[in-house]
Order: sequence, then C-alpha cells, then structure tokens
Amino acid sequence: MKKIEAFIREEKLDDVKAALRDIGIVGMSVLEVRGHGRQGGVTLAGRIGTYQVDMLTKLQLNIVLSDHNVEKTIEAIRKAAAIGRPGDGIIFIYPVEDVVRIRTGERGQAAIMYEDDIDAREKLKSPGSKHD
Amino acid sequence: MEPTINAGDTAWVLISTALVLVMTPALGFFYSGMVRRKNVLSTLNLSIITMALVSIQWVLIGYTLAFGTTCKGLIGGLAFLGLNGVDGLPNADYAPTIPHLAFSAYQMMFAVITPALITGAFVERIRFKTFLLFTVVWATLVYDPVAHWVWGVGGVLHNLGALDFAGGTVVHVTAGFAALALALAIRPRHGFGSVTMEPHNIPYSILGAGLLWFGWFGFNGGSALAANGLAVSAIVNTNTAAAAAGLVWMALSWRDDKPSVLGIITGAVVGLVAITPAAGYVTPLASIAIGAAAAPVSYYAIKLRQHLKFDESLDVWACHGMGGVTGALLTGLFATTAVNSGGANGLFYGNPHQFVVQLEAVAVTALYSFGITYIVAKALDRTLGLAVTENEEIVGLDIGEHGERAYS
Repeated sequence: MKKIEAFIREEKLDDVKAALRDIGIVGMSVLEVRGHGRQGGVTLAGRIGTYQVDMLTKLQLNIVLSDHNVEKTIEAIRKAAAIGRPGDGIIFIYPVEDVVRIRTGERGQAAIMYEDDIDAREKLKSPGSKHD
Repeated sequence: MEPTINAGDTAWVLISTALVLVMTPALGFFYSGMVRRKNVLSTLNLSIITMALVSIQWVLIGYTLAFGTTCKGLIGGLAFLGLNGVDGLPNADYAPTIPHLAFSAYQMMFAVITPALITGAFVERIRFKTFLLFTVVWATLVYDPVAHWVWGVGGVLHNLGALDFAGGTVVHVTAGFAALALALAIRPRHGFGSVTMEPHNIPYSILGAGLLWFGWFGFNGGSALAANGLAVSAIVNTNTAAAAAGLVWMALSWRDDKPSVLGIITGAVVGLVAITPAAGYVTPLASIAIGAAAAPVSYYAIKLRQHLKFDESLDVWACHGMGGVTGALLTGLFATTAVNSGGANGLFYGNPHQFVVQLEAVAVTALYSFGITYIVAKALDRTLGLAVTENEEIVGLDIGEHGERAYS
C-alpha cells in the first residue's frame, strides 16, 4: 500500500476530486496548508508598487491506495491539477505499513476497500483477476 | 446680528458630530486591516481608547485650551474649564446659530480623531501604557494649542489670515508630522525590511475607508456650522476630491503593476485629507485638481519612505502629513471669495499673499508638532519605554497587551 500526498492549487480541488471520482478513488482527506515550492512565492500589488509573499495557501490531498493503483491515480491528479505554470504543485508517495478501519477493525488491504472503488471496477471488467 | 439658535443648523451640526465620531472606529478598521493578524485588536483599540481618553480630556481641559478667551493668541484661557458656561445658548464667537455646547461636542470629535491618526506610525510594537500617557499629553500640548492658533478668535495663525476650513493643518499636518517624529523615536518592528509584513485583511481596510469617506461629509460639511449652501459646497468638494485622488492613485498603481484596491482606497483617503482645508473655499473643479495633485505627492512620499527603509508603519506622514500640506498650500492657490465670502482669494484669484500665509501656517504647524512630539516621545521612551519587548512583539500585541485574540 502507498500513501499519496498531493499539494495542489486550491482552485483546482473540484477538478481533481472529479478526476479521482471518475477513476474510482473513493477515500481522501484534504488539508489547507501554507508553503511554497521552487518558484519561491508570488508578487502581489500593494498600496504602492508590489511586494513578495512566500507563504501561499495550497491544499494537501492524502490518499491511501494499493500499489498497483498509484500510477493511474497520479496521472489523474496531474491532468486535473495542472495549468502548466509554476505553482501547480507536487506529489509525494510513501509506503504505508498498515491500515485499520476504526468501525470494523479490518486491517491492511481490506480496510481501504470500498464499494465501487477502483479495484471493484477492475474486478467487474475482468472477473477472477487477482491483485497484491 | 443677535445670536439666535437655528433648528436646522443645530440638527446638521449634531448629525455631523455623529458622522465625525464614526470616523475614529472607521480609522481603526482602516489601520487594522493592514497589520498582521496577531495585532488586530491592539490596532483597533488604539483608535477606540482614544475616543474615550480624549473625550474626557476635552471636557476637562481641552476645549478651554483650544477655544477659551485667547492668551496672546497662543492658547485659550481657562474660562471654559470643565465646560463651565458652555451650554445650550449660542456663542457669538463660534456658534452664533447653534448651542455653544453643540459646537464644543462637534469640535471634540476632531480632537479625538487627530491623535488616533498618529497611531498608524507605531502599530504592532507600541507599549499600551505609554500610549495612554502619550495621547493625553499630545492632545494637551499639540492639538489644543494648534487648534487655538488656527481656529481660536485671536489665535496667531487665525490673525495671520491662514485658511483651514476643516482641519488640514490642525488635524492632518499635526498628526502626520507627529507620526514622523514618533516613528523616529520608536524602534522599527522586529524583522522590518527582511520579513514580508502582509496586510492581514484588506476588506477591513476597505470598510474603514468607506466609513471614513462617509463620515468626512460631516467633518467638512459640518464645518460650515450651518445647514446652508456652504455646507453643500464643502460636501460636493469633499466627494469630488476623494474621487479624483482615488482614480489618480489607481493609475499610478496600475503603471507600477496592477490597480491595487488597497491603493485605490488609500488614494481616496488622501483626497479627503487634501480637500479638508479647502472644502469651504474652492469650486468643485478646483477640488478635482486638489485631489489629483495630492495622490502623487503621497504616493511618492510612501515610495521615499520605503526607499529609506524607515518603519513609519502605515504611512501616516505620507498620507496625512503630506496630503494635508498639499491641501493647505493649494488652498492658497484655489480659494475664492465667490464660494465663501468669509474666506479669501488665493493666488489664482489675484492674491499671491494668501499662498505665503498658507505656507507659513503649514511650516509653523509641522515644525511645532514634529518638535514637541519628538521631545515627548523621547522622554517617554527613556522612562516608560515606547515599545514592548521583542518577545512580546513576536507573540503579538493582542495576546501580549490585552490577553485576547481576534480570531479563534
């Protein structure tokens, strides 16, 4: 299992959510964060002239998913989040040791399964296929 | 003419009193939008507490120092101490058609907002205790005497023939140059020049500026002290100058980058400042010129201040000091007795002497306010300390000085 942390433009959240829903990513959490990447910040108009701000509001999406879904998911996020300019964001991928679903106590893979999620759809397409 | 009370005049002056009162919390919002979120309550409170402090000072001693029978044109005598004898009857010198007490109350609001204007110079680091003392001392040593010089019957600048319809010199030049002096006396904010100090809530500033614009109708229109054509003239000029200055500021800011909204409203406020001395002496066309001229003066004054890396935090000197100077000098060009027979003609109407008088009045006021403020500020810094500790400043004055936070 992997955890994806995607830092995106706040105005692109709706597009990214729609793209993830389309491929069957069901669970996620979203955090408001402040920071900057390589572009260092932006220039804003002040009372007179301009000034630099380096702490920009971004959204951080957290998604935990099976290894084999990672590539498809980051492609979906990239396509939906990019406008092709500095500040589009960045995606980090981490290994996940275990998952516990609080209500049922299910562990690991079972704890991140949902009805009609990305894996359930795969199964419908090719019954009997097994994943890790 | 026998002084008799006119109901219309009295109503207008009472309404104007309320209009000018609301300018002080409006100023608090204007300033507090431009500070960081840890100093919002502190910045608002500097205006709010000034309403309380100076109201009391004015009743006890301020009014009589400003408008009591003159002592050699320099200060009012003590006849009106504690508003003694200031009652519902008219006063031949100042209020021939309204109760003397109404005039005193209306003038109180000017005395209140003037020290509040200065607070923009030292936000985010001022020690509250020291500020309380400073404000009472400043109102007594600077505002009251200058108000007497310019507006008091027998006052030295009044006798000289200086024109100041609603306080371009008495309010804005005194506050602007006091701000300059105080910013020199207090240390800059921690990290000033290296850290970006971003305005935390520009809509607050827009709200404040909008209410200032609204209240200014009472500030300038009420200064006619009557519900008459002169009051209308002052209101139309006030609105026109604010509009012209807002537009010019927009153009200046657009040339440098984009038309900043904070810039546009700052321009409008500068226009309001500049028209203040002129409002009851000039034509609406002249008020366009006055607003349009004041905007670049203040704009480049801010640029100069930034270039010198000088932490006069919210540009009180650039906006109020230089806006007031511009307005007072231009009054000496554009004033015409066709608008106000009680006024004088300016240089453009064949009286170059008026410009010289305006220049003298501005210079005397600016130097006096700067000098006294600097001495008082240095003395307070040696004793109580002007600024909070650096640790307290880093935490923020809302928590540090007031034990509260603006946003939970």
